[in-house]
Amino acid sequence: MTIQEIQNDIIDEFSMFEDWEERYQYMIDLGKTLPLIDEQYKTEDYIIKGCQSKVWVHADLDGDRVVFTADSDAIITKGIIAILIRVFSNQHPKDIIEANMDFIDKIGLKEHLSPTRANGLVSMIKQLKMYAIAYQTQLN
Amino acid sequence: MFNLERIRKDFPILSRKVNGKPLVYLDNAATSQTPQHVIDCIVDYYSNYNANIHRGVHTLSQEATDKYEAARQTIQKHFNVKKAHEIIFTSGTTHGINLVANGFSSFLKSGDEIVVSALEHHSNIVPWQMLCERTGAVLKVIPMNEEGELVMSEFDNLLSPNTQLVFVNHISNALGTINPIEEIIQKAHAVDAAVLVDGAQACPHIKPDVQDLDVDFYVASAHKMCGPTGVGILYGKEAWLNKLPPYQGGGEMIAEVTFEKTTYADLPHKFEAGTPNICGGIAFGAAIDYMNSIGFNNIASYEHELLEYATQQLLKINGLKIYGTSKHKTSVISFNLEGIHPYDVGTILDKMGIAVRTGHHCAQPIMDYYKIPGTVRASFAFYNTKTEVDSLVEGVKKAQMMLS
Repeated sequence: MTIQEIQNDIIDEFSMFEDWEERYQYMIDLGKTLPLIDEQYKTEDYIIKGCQSKVWVHADLDGDRVVFTADSDAIITKGIIAILIRVFSNQHPKDIIEANMDFIDKIGLKEHLSPTRANGLVSMIKQLKMYAIAYQTQLN
Repeated sequence: MFNLERIRKDFPILSRKVNGKPLVYLDNAATSQTPQHVIDCIVDYYSNYNANIHRGVHTLSQEATDKYEAARQTIQKHFNVKKAHEIIFTSGTTHGINLVANGFSSFLKSGDEIVVSALEHHSNIVPWQMLCERTGAVLKVIPMNEEGELVMSEFDNLLSPNTQLVFVNHISNALGTINPIEEIIQKAHAVDAAVLVDGAQACPHIKPDVQDLDVDFYVASAHKMCGPTGVGILYGKEAWLNKLPPYQGGGEMIAEVTFEKTTYADLPHKFEAGTPNICGGIAFGAAIDYMNSIGFNNIASYEHELLEYATQQLLKINGLKIYGTSKHKTSVISFNLEGIHPYDVGTILDKMGIAVRTGHHCAQPIMDYYKIPGTVRASFAFYNTKTEVDSLVEGVKKAQMMLS
């Protein structure tokens, strides 16, 4: 599936929720699905420090696709990470670099990506794209 | 008379909704809300007499200067300051601290010591670390205990003839502990050390008398006491303020300028370079008037009642732990739910229209002491109600249910 198709699927899924509680309960449940990252990568080298919650990200190249794993110490942050991983992992670096992020707004999670939330997610998305740029260079 | 219903009507923002729910504002330790009286004062300034002060010969400039200086006198009276020029307008507490730290950098030498408390806000630690790096002075820390109080017996051991400055907050922002500043000031003076007290968290709750305290420097911010952001004060004893060099160069702070030499203006202008936050200063005066019209005794006793009630209700929740359990504290409750990250709790509460602060509250050393990433902090003001405490308790229960 392309990034766009996955994003459309997620938008469809979220449109079925009636209120914020259902939406958040879904994300919390996603956040509980472990493991998102190998324990050996939950170290200072892979950390993105938000002011409030921590995020760890690891990337690998599998053929011509980037595989991401990540984790957080806060469960709602982790739920959002699970969504981001579903969108970006196993994709071509070029598609990751070019992907737009509008779907976050459409599923009502924009507030989590505001710089004031300081949960590490804004930096995380930058980091995902940086990895993609690095692997793109490697593939060229 | 303390009339809660009438007080709440003074604050237009308290009737707004957040995420479709009535706003429950419990982040007062970060910033307090603004009463109509202060909003009117700001509108009046820009509608009627906005002008630059201290140098214009025209009427508007005269009016603005008079009001600005009248605000300084209101503040002087409030803190029982001997002379109006011992009050320096700043952009806020952090600015005041940096001004003093910068001033001390010209006296300190290698081997001198500065004592700070373990309960400090980052703004209270970083300037002193920078100062120590510049001068070779040594930073010493008064430790804290499990209750979130300073260990005063250790303080005695830290003081020495080398101590030049002691630096402590009046009330801890993260835990609400009221520190024994009277004792700290007395003991520091016994070794000839100066004392700077950060009153940012204290001034919304109590009315400090700087002469009675005999404190050398005291700093505060308007926005924690119903005033606007971007303005605050530094109180300094006249002798100290004369001794400290100016912090910033610019207009207002000079007496005479030639290319060979500049002489500095008298206090307070020596430290008030450039055009100040004129409207902010005037509105700060209005905010102090407003709080005094309610009365600090009334405020303290009502907030204590709220604190007791909220503590009782929150402790009924299984797995909830409160950090900072001193008998001497203001209306701040820092807590966590077992096994749940504070960020998650804060996010769910926000969805229910409840504003709290989550995180390390710019006081990482305290969080390191308790070995936690942060806390949820509910901080109450005199305009909060018991019904709002109930909403908080319900919200926390719901967050616990969703997140467990």
